[in-house]
This record gives sequence, C-alpha cells and structure tokens, in this order.
Amino acid sequence: MKHVKCECGHVNPHGTILCEACGKPIAEETTDKLVDMRYEGSARRSQTYNKTVIDKIWNFFSSVKVGIWIIIVTLVASAVGTIYPQEAYIPPNVTADEYYQKEYGWTGELYYKLGFHHLYESWWYLLLIAALGMSLVICSLDRVVPLYRALKKQSVTKHPNFLKRQRLYSTSSSWTDQDYEHVKSMLKKRRYSIREENGNLLAEKGRFSRWGPYVNHIGLIIFLLGAMLRFVPGMYIDEVLWIREGETKVIPGTNGEYFLKNHRFTVETYDKDSESAVFQEAIDRAGNNKVAKKYEADVSLYKREGKLIPGADPKLKKIKDSEIRVNQPLKFEGYAMYQVDFKLNEFSSMSFHLTDKNANRNVGSLTVDLHNPKETYDLKNGYKVKLMSYFPDFFFDDEGNPNTKTRVPNNPAFVFKMITPQHKKGEVAFVGIRENLEPLGNNDYKMTFAGVETKNVTGLTVRRDYTLWFLGIGGAIFMIGVIQGMYWNHRRMWIQKVNNEIWLAAHTNKNWYGLKKELNGLLESTSLTQLKDQNDKETK
Amino acid sequence: MDYASISSNLLYVAFIAYLVATFFFGGAIRDKRAAQKKTKWATFGIAVTIIGFIAQIGYFITRWIASGHAPVSNLFEFTTFFGMMLVGAFIVIYFIYRLSMLGLFALPVALLIIAYASMFPTEITPLVPALQTNWLHIHVTTAATGEAVLSISFVAGLIYLIKTIDQSKRNKKAFWLEFILYTLISTLGFVAVTLTFNAAHYESSFNWVNKSGEQEQVVYHMVPLVGPHQSEWTDGNDIQPLIDMPAIINAKKLNTVIWSLGGGFVLYWLIRLILRKRIGAALQPLVKQVNSDLLDEVSYRAVAIGFPIFTLGALIFAMIWAQMAWTRFWGWDPKEVWALITFLFYAAFLHLRLSKGWHGEKSAWLAVGGFAIIMFNLVAVNLIIAGLHSYA
Repeated sequence: MKHVKCECGHVNPHGTILCEACGKPIAEETTDKLVDMRYEGSARRSQTYNKTVIDKIWNFFSSVKVGIWIIIVTLVASAVGTIYPQEAYIPPNVTADEYYQKEYGWTGELYYKLGFHHLYESWWYLLLIAALGMSLVICSLDRVVPLYRALKKQSVTKHPNFLKRQRLYSTSSSWTDQDYEHVKSMLKKRRYSIREENGNLLAEKGRFSRWGPYVNHIGLIIFLLGAMLRFVPGMYIDEVLWIREGETKVIPGTNGEYFLKNHRFTVETYDKDSESAVFQEAIDRAGNNKVAKKYEADVSLYKREGKLIPGADPKLKKIKDSEIRVNQPLKFEGYAMYQVDFKLNEFSSMSFHLTDKNANRNVGSLTVDLHNPKETYDLKNGYKVKLMSYFPDFFFDDEGNPNTKTRVPNNPAFVFKMITPQHKKGEVAFVGIRENLEPLGNNDYKMTFAGVETKNVTGLTVRRDYTLWFLGIGGAIFMIGVIQGMYWNHRRMWIQKVNNEIWLAAHTNKNWYGLKKELNGLLESTSLTQLKDQNDKETK
Repeated sequence: MDYASISSNLLYVAFIAYLVATFFFGGAIRDKRAAQKKTKWATFGIAVTIIGFIAQIGYFITRWIASGHAPVSNLFEFTTFFGMMLVGAFIVIYFIYRLSMLGLFALPVALLIIAYASMFPTEITPLVPALQTNWLHIHVTTAATGEAVLSISFVAGLIYLIKTIDQSKRNKKAFWLEFILYTLISTLGFVAVTLTFNAAHYESSFNWVNKSGEQEQVVYHMVPLVGPHQSEWTDGNDIQPLIDMPAIINAKKLNTVIWSLGGGFVLYWLIRLILRKRIGAALQPLVKQVNSDLLDEVSYRAVAIGFPIFTLGALIFAMIWAQMAWTRFWGWDPKEVWALITFLFYAAFLHLRLSKGWHGEKSAWLAVGGFAIIMFNLVAVNLIIAGLHSYA
C-alpha cells in the first residue's frame, strides 16, 4: 500500500487527510476554510478501500449516516408498536385475532394482520437491532484505531496552514518572553499537559474523553450480546408456580431440588379508618378498600435431601422462612421468586350431612378435601358414603354429560353413593353448588350442604437469569463511556512562532464557549491577542 | 398547620416567584447596556428564581414528610417535580452561561408545566404495592431530572429559532414556529378552561353504551361538545352534546382536548390581534441581542449533560426496578418503549451533530423534536396509551 510522506518528514498511511504529525492538509487545496478536524483527519479504512465484498459491507456499516438511519427506523418502528397494546398485554381470555378487530375496528384488524401485535419479537425488528449492533462495532473500529494513531503521533510543531485554519485562532506581532512563560504556567495550573519543541508549545488536556464514544459503544455491544444470551439453554429460566395455603410444592426449574410451602397469602387494602388523615381524600376518590396496599405470601423454602425416589415423599430440610411481596422477591441460589398474581377464597373443602329425609335427621357428616378427596367416608353404624365421581370445575360438555373444565375446584360437583342400613346397595345423589339431583329415582337419604372452607392461592414467578450480570456490566460500561465523552472534553492549544509572529490556535471536540473563555482568561494579563472564533459572524 | 398544607402553600410561593422572576428577566433583556453581562434586573431575576426553587424544594420535602413517600407517585406530583427540575437545570445553566434570555423562556415553560400538573388530582395518594420501594424516588427523580435538562435544550433551541427564522414573509419554518408557540399557548388554554369550569362547579352525568354493548356512566366536568356513544343525560347541568362519538373513542378526553385546543386558539388569536403580527415575529426583536452560536452551544450542552442522566434514570434504573417489581427488566410497556424512543432520538441528535455537522438551526429543530417526544411520553402515554405506568 502506498504511504504518503509529508513535508515534515512523517510517513502517513494511505488515505490520510491531515498529516498525523504536523497537521498539514495532505491533499493540498489553497482555501481559507477551516480544516475538518473530525477524527483528526486520519485515514479511515472505509474511506480508503472499496474493492471486495467485505470492503463494501464494511463501508456501508461504517457510515454514521447509515447508523443514524438505522436508529431512526428503529425509533419509528418502536413507536408503531405502542399504537395498540402488544399481544402480551391483551386480556388472557381472548385470542389476538378477535381482540384487535373487536376493540379497534378495521385499524386494529390491519394492525394484527401486519403482525404489529408482536412487533418487538418480529424477525425484521430483531434484524434492525442486529444492524444497529453491526453499525456500532464497525463505526467504532473504523474510527478508533486511526484516531488513536493520529493523537499519538501528533507533533508539537504544526504546519502554519493547520493553525490558521483552526476555529479559534489569533496572531500577535509583539510579545515578551514573560507572556509566553505566564501562559505556560497558567496552562499547567489548569492541568494541561505541556509539550515544547523549538520554542513552540502544545498544551493538551482531557484526551481520554475522546475514547468515551468507543467505550460506550463497547458497553452497548456487551448489553446487546447479553440480551442474546437469553437464548442459550440454561441461562434463563422463567416458570410459574401457583401454590395454595398449606401446600408444599416443588419449585419448577430447580430440577426438584427446592420446595416451597405457602403458609398464608394476604391482600391488604387501604382502609379509611386505619390510614392517616392525609390519605383520606385519595381513598374517598378511589373508594374505601379499593386500592391495594400489600400482597404478601408467607412461605418456607426447603431443600431436598438425598436422592429423588419416584413415588416416595422427598426428605426436606428447611432453609428459611420468608415473606414474598411485590418488589421483595425471595432470592436463593441465583433464583428469585416474585409475587405476581393471586386468587382469593378458592374452595378447599366442603362439608355435608347425610340426612334421613323422612325423619329429617342427620345421621352423620363428612368433609371432602377438594384437592385430595377420599373414595369412601365411613360414618359408622352402617352408614357410609362413597364418592363415585368428582368434577372440580363442573359443566355439561357438548354431549350433555357432566364433565370438568379444569382441575381447579371453581365449581365442584359430586356423585355420591349413600350406603345406609336401609339401602345396603346405596342410593345415588348428584350434588353440586345449589344443585341436588336424584338421577336414579327418589331417595330416602340426601346429602345436605353443611359448609365450605376456602383458601387463598398465590401466583409466583420463578426466575433464574444468568444474563443479568452481563447486562449490568454492559450498562455500567455504557454509562462510564457516555459520561467520559459528555462531561469532559478534549482541549488543545498550540503556541507557535511563525515569521516573527506568535500564532495561537486552539481546538476542542465540544464546549467551544468554555474553551474560549478559559484560554482568553489566561491571555487577559498578557500582550498576546485574544483568540477569535473564526466561525462567529455576529460579534465583531 | 400540618405538613400537607405547608407543602401546598410553598408550591404557591414557588409558582409566584417564578412568575415574578420571569418579569425580571424580561427587564434584563430590555436593558440595552448589555446582552449577556450582569445587570441588576438579571441579578434580581436569578435571585427570585432561586427563592422560588428553594420554596419548591420545601414543598417537595414537606409533602414527602406528610405522605411518607417521595412525592413523585402520580401525574400531579411527577409533573410538578419535572417543572421544579426544569427550573433547577435552568439555574445551573444560567451560572455557566449567564444568559438572561434563557430565563425569560425557561421559566414560563416551567410555569406552564406546573400549572398543567395542578389540573390533575392533587391529593396525597397512598402507594400501591408496585410503588413501595426506594426505586420509586431513585428512578423517577433521575428520569425527571434528565428530561428537565434536555428540556433546557428545547428552550435554547426555541430562542434560536425565534431569532433566526425569517419573519418577513410567509414560509414553512415561520408556520411551524408559530405552531410550537400555539401548542404552548394551548396548555394555557387547557389550564384556563379547566379552572373556569371548576369555578362554576360544572358537572353532568351521562349513561352511554361501550364497545361491548354494556351500559356505563360518565361524569363530565366541561360542557360536552362531543358526547360518548349513544349518550343519555342523567344528572347535573343539562346541556346536551352536539354530537355523539363512536364507542371506540374516549369522548370525555376528546372533549377536554377540543376545549383546550379551542381555548388555545382563542388566546392565540387574541394575542396575535393585539400584536398585529405573528407571535414569533413579535418576539424576534426581543431576542436579537443574543449570540446565535451561544444559544446553539447551550442547546447542545444541555443535551450533553441531560442525555447521560436521562439514560441512567429512565433506562438503567428503570430496568433494575422493573426486574424487581415486574420480574423482568424490560417488557415493551408503552412507557418503556417511549423512554427508549427518547434515548434513540437524542442518540441520533448527538450523532447528527458530531458527524454530519448539524449545528444551528437544524440542531434547534431537533431540540424541539426531542422535547415533543418527552412531552408525548409525559402526557399522551399516561392519558391515552395507558399501560403499566398509568397510575395517574
């Protein structure tokens, strides 16, 4: 590859715009326009090569213009996804194709047909994010290496053409050596690092802020990679656990290692009488006991000891008692359990009397555990009740037969066989909520409803997410980079003797106002000419 | 006096101080002696602003004591806090650049925001379980601070546009500048209309049929120009709506929007008839002393300062909290998405500035666009799109 030798003697890589050492514009044009200081005029790969397919892809993604377009397209696409709720947020009991049409008319239908109801999971949205990642990596690499070279190789003595085409610039024809020394010491005081060469001076500070953008881009890349890690098996577990009061259940996703017992689940609401006076008005507006105050599950965490033997009850060792509340998940061994849902007053058991209809006399009573019913209830003295069928969530199916919708006792119904001294073979009764049928003719006995017990159920989410560390590190690096780049700036000042004059020039990557104020403050007590902003056409 | 009433009195004090300070800054820029140097007017202006700011911090602290949680838990509290941080950001930027002009525009914007906030229920609300954590104040205050600093960029950009846009003939840019000013005036319209109807205790109830065909009730606090689907008056002031809306549209909110835009329209034309020119044209001579490059610099600097704060508060802290409260750090909830959009927009802004050299006017328009997105996220996402964040 051709190298370009500058008149100062420095050999620059092919494609350099401003000599890395002295700053002389390589492709010399005689113009008074300010030099383009972006990336120090260094040779960027994308501006230099364009031959192979890789060059072409590289060049495409290395363009900040392309990057900005990707950002804007992502922005617009993201906005489109908020016009109607995403599929994840629609009510669970309707299907998406009905919901959008019914709720939002033809626009909703169109939204659904275009797939915008799961826009953020769509292939093209993921492709956009991938393109953004590509752009981040290539844009950064294309610039950071040559920029590093250029800043490292810069020399103190600059080409006059470089100096006079800086935005802040001045010439002074009379000065004293004291002026020079004064400015130098003041610059030192302001923490500029000073390099001198043949009576010329380069003062520089905050160069590290130039790396801010690249640091934050690295952070973003780590973050995006972290988000992709979720698809690696074992990195991410997301399970649901519904658990009733008094129940002990294995925690899904833990390979049968951990068990959870729910002692009690409570919901508290804001009550006018017990809350302090400042909340009265707000409670009045929302309604008394209408606003939730606390969702809490009282639980114990157990660990299984020994091997898992199918059929046998596992041996459990208690690890800890804990409360799980919203915002206060239970954490153990990389897992976290969150309070997310609940069901109050689920039927847990029902009690019945066996009643002699003729004598109107109860001859015994029984309680059916709705989650674990027995087959036979022996009421002594020749009385016995057999549970022939049990429908926890009773309904009549398409064929008109009794059936159950779910395993949850929302609407329990039973077929009992009542065995009594009079009826040794038993009488059959169908008992449900507010239903008592005698399908095989008139009976002498009946099952009378005696009471019901309810329990609360808590809905927990079980999470284990090993990607969080990655995301956290990515986020932290991003913040460091963005602060490094935004809250500091890279300032340089050149003092150079050119043809019996002293030339001052200064450059910063941002905050020109601050730089000008700082440097002109230093120059105030000297006979050197104040720096002028050559961009400013308003002030004279 | 209890903390709650001390708190609301302090907010009044702050409001009035900001109003007074605006006039001082108005005096400061009329002072021909110097555009950017210290004048007595400007010193008074910034002093009164700081007094107002301290009063509002007092409001914030006393309300925190009264309720036991950081007062950033509903729309009124959040928006008021945002207004406060806008003033805070202005004070900081003022001491960097000593630009009185900024006060003349930043304070009225803050006043509008606080007035707008006060139109929503102002009582102290107890916290629902999802909000009961320190992340409430960590996340919300940082996000609001970031947005407030970014808004200073809008204020500087707006002054830039007022100064540089050619007002001598009709053109697209002058039109859009008027549109921005009209939007600001419409906020005033909303406040004025709401206060008027509140003072008159206007209330009327309607039965209406929702999209599932069920009957519902709605109470209007403004004269119904548009009524809900198949509305039927039941109680209160007996004024019938001019027209009923289809069931898909929230007629009550639309009615408020129509009233606000209408109120803004009347105010706008009233001002314009008095001035006998476009408002932008009338403001132009006031701002001609300010250096355009300085305005551009302030606008950019505000983004440079605000962007990291915003990212930290509205994305990173938000994710940490979301992971704790909702089990996932990101769920594509509308508010989350709009925070991401704001982030992407300012990222594009910074790249355009650094790489494509979008300085001056282009940059000023972008600053306006960014503020529009922030306002959209504050107002529309809460009131219209409504997701997990619609506590207000």
